[in-house]
Amino acid sequence: MLAGNPEIQLLYARWSYCYVANLRQDKWGYGFPIGGVAAFDVDTGVISPGGIGFDINCGMRLVTTNLTFKDIQPKLKELVNEFFQSVPSGVGAKGFVKINQSQFNEMMVDGSKWCIENGYGWKEDLERTEGNGKIDWADPSKVSDKAKQRGINQIGTLGSGNHYLEVQVASAANIIDEELAKKFGIHTPDQVVIMVHCGSRGFGHQIGTDYLRIFDSAMKKYNIPVLDRELACAPFASNEGQDYYKAMACAANMAFANRQVILHRIREGFSKVFKTSAEDLEMHMIYDVAHNIAKVEEHNVDGKRKKVVVHRKGSTRAFPPNHPELPPIYKKTGQPVIIGGSMETGSYLLVGTKKAMEDTFGSTAHGSGRTMSRKAAMRQVRGDKLQKDMESKGIYVKSASMSGLAEEAGFAYKDINEVVESLKIAGISKPVVQLKPVGNIKG
Amino acid sequence: MKKFKILEDIAIADIAIEAYGKTLDELFENTALAIFEESANIKNISENEKKTININSDKIEDLLYDFLSEILFLKDTYSIIFKKSKIKIEKKGKKYNLNAELFGEKIDRNKHELRNDIKAITLHMFKIEKTKEGYKDLVVVDV
Repeated sequence: MLAGNPEIQLLYARWSYCYVANLRQDKWGYGFPIGGVAAFDVDTGVISPGGIGFDINCGMRLVTTNLTFKDIQPKLKELVNEFFQSVPSGVGAKGFVKINQSQFNEMMVDGSKWCIENGYGWKEDLERTEGNGKIDWADPSKVSDKAKQRGINQIGTLGSGNHYLEVQVASAANIIDEELAKKFGIHTPDQVVIMVHCGSRGFGHQIGTDYLRIFDSAMKKYNIPVLDRELACAPFASNEGQDYYKAMACAANMAFANRQVILHRIREGFSKVFKTSAEDLEMHMIYDVAHNIAKVEEHNVDGKRKKVVVHRKGSTRAFPPNHPELPPIYKKTGQPVIIGGSMETGSYLLVGTKKAMEDTFGSTAHGSGRTMSRKAAMRQVRGDKLQKDMESKGIYVKSASMSGLAEEAGFAYKDINEVVESLKIAGISKPVVQLKPVGNIKG
Repeated sequence: MKKFKILEDIAIADIAIEAYGKTLDELFENTALAIFEESANIKNISENEKKTININSDKIEDLLYDFLSEILFLKDTYSIIFKKSKIKIEKKGKKYNLNAELFGEKIDRNKHELRNDIKAITLHMFKIEKTKEGYKDLVVVDV
C-alpha cells in the first residue's frame, strides 16, 4: 500500500483496518488527496466527508454511436452548439428537468431508475451504470431543506471547473486491446463516442457542507483529535456516520440521474442533427462510473474477508472479471473504467483488474491531474486564443467561461499517457482505447 | 490596504483566498468579494437583486464559514451572481451575530463574464488571524 498524506495516516491510524492508497499525488487538493482510497472497518472505523469530496458521485459516462469522424465532421459545430444550449453549464445554470419536491425525493431514492421511468433513457442504461445507478441506502430525511432547495433546479446541468461534455474519436491506431474494445462497443475505425464528466451539483455540495459542520462538532463528542478540520470524521456506526452515509447516497443517486438526463439530451441532440433516431445511431452506453463516493464492500484484509467502507476521492472503482457486482454483459470482461484527460489531450477507456482488487481495494485513478495552478494557467494563455488554437488543431470547444477555459488548458495537466502507463505498470487497470477529443462543451 | 489575494501554492486544483480587513466587518466583506470575483467579472453585474443573511455562531471562524457557504447556497438556489456585500457583526453575549446584505443580479450567460462555479468552502487550513492592521484569513474553496 502506498503512503498517503501523513496527516491522514496519523488521524486515521487509530481506527482498525485503515488502509490508504494514494493513487496520484500530483494533483494535490485540500485535505484528503485527490486520487486517494481509504477503507475502514464498518464496526470500528470511520466515515469522512472529506474522503469523498464535496462533489459527491462526480463521475464519468461514456456513450457510443455508429457514426465515424467523417460522418460528423461537417456537422460538428452544429452538434457542439446544440449541446451548449441543451446541456446548461457554468455558474448557477438551471437544468431542463422541472420537478416538484416529492418527485425530487423519489429521484434521491431511485437515481437513474427514476429517469428511465420518466422517459429519460433506455432500460439497458441501468445495468451499464455502477450499482445500476441506484444506491439502496438513500434516505431523503437525512438531507437538509437547504440542500433540497439548492439542487432541485440543477438536474441536467454540467457545472464548471473541469466538468465537460466531449465528442471523441477512437482511431484505429488508438485501439490498444481490440477484443475488449469490441466487447465494449468500439468496433469501427474513427468511431465517434461521447464522454460526460459531472456530478451532483449544488445538491451534493450542500450535503457535503452541512455534514462537514456536523462532523466538525462530532469529533469532540467522539474524542477524535483534529489535525485538519477538512478531515473531520465520525465513527461509521454512529448516528452521525449513518446519517451522512444515507444523505451521501441521495446525492450519489441525484448525480446518476443528472448524467442520465444529460445522456437523454445527447441522444436527442444527435437525433436532431443527423435526422436519425438514437436507436438507429446505436447510442448505447458503455458505462457510468463514480469517482467521488464511499461504499461498503467486502475485501481481503490481512488474509481475512472484511466488510469495509471504501472511500474513493478522485479514484475510480475498477472491479475485475467475475466480480459478483458486475452486470452479465461485463462479467467476463471486467468493469469498464473511464479516465478523463485534459480537454486537449484525450481520455482513456480501461478495464478493472484482479491486481486492483488485491492492492487498492478495487480502485484506480480518475484523471490526469493538474500540474499548474489555475492562475498560472491563465497567465500563460487567454481563453479566446486557446479556443482558436484548439480549433486549428481540430477541436471545436464552447465554454460558459473564457477564463475557465484558459484554466483548463492542456498544459496545466499532467500527460494522460504517462498516467495511464503508470496504472498499467502498477497493474491496477488495463488500457483498452485512447479517445481523442474533437468537440467539447466546457462548464 | 489590499482587499485580498489568491495564494497559488496551497491547493493547485482549487482556489486559496487570503483576505484582509481593518475590522471583522471589512474582513468578511473582502472575503466575500474574493468569492464574487472568482465567480464572475463583477464590473458588468448590476445591483437589482438583494438578499439578506442573518446568522449566529459561538466562534468567529464558524461564522465566516457559514456566511460564505450561505453565499453559494443563494447563488444556486436563486441563480443570482453577486457584486458586493454590506456586513455588520455584533457580539451578543457569547455569540457573534452577522447581518449581511448582498447585492447582485440574476445570472445571464450572455451578459455576464462568468468564471468558476465555486462548489463549497473547505475547512482546510481555515483560519482568521489578528494582525497589526486588523485581521486576515485563509479560505480554500473547492472549484
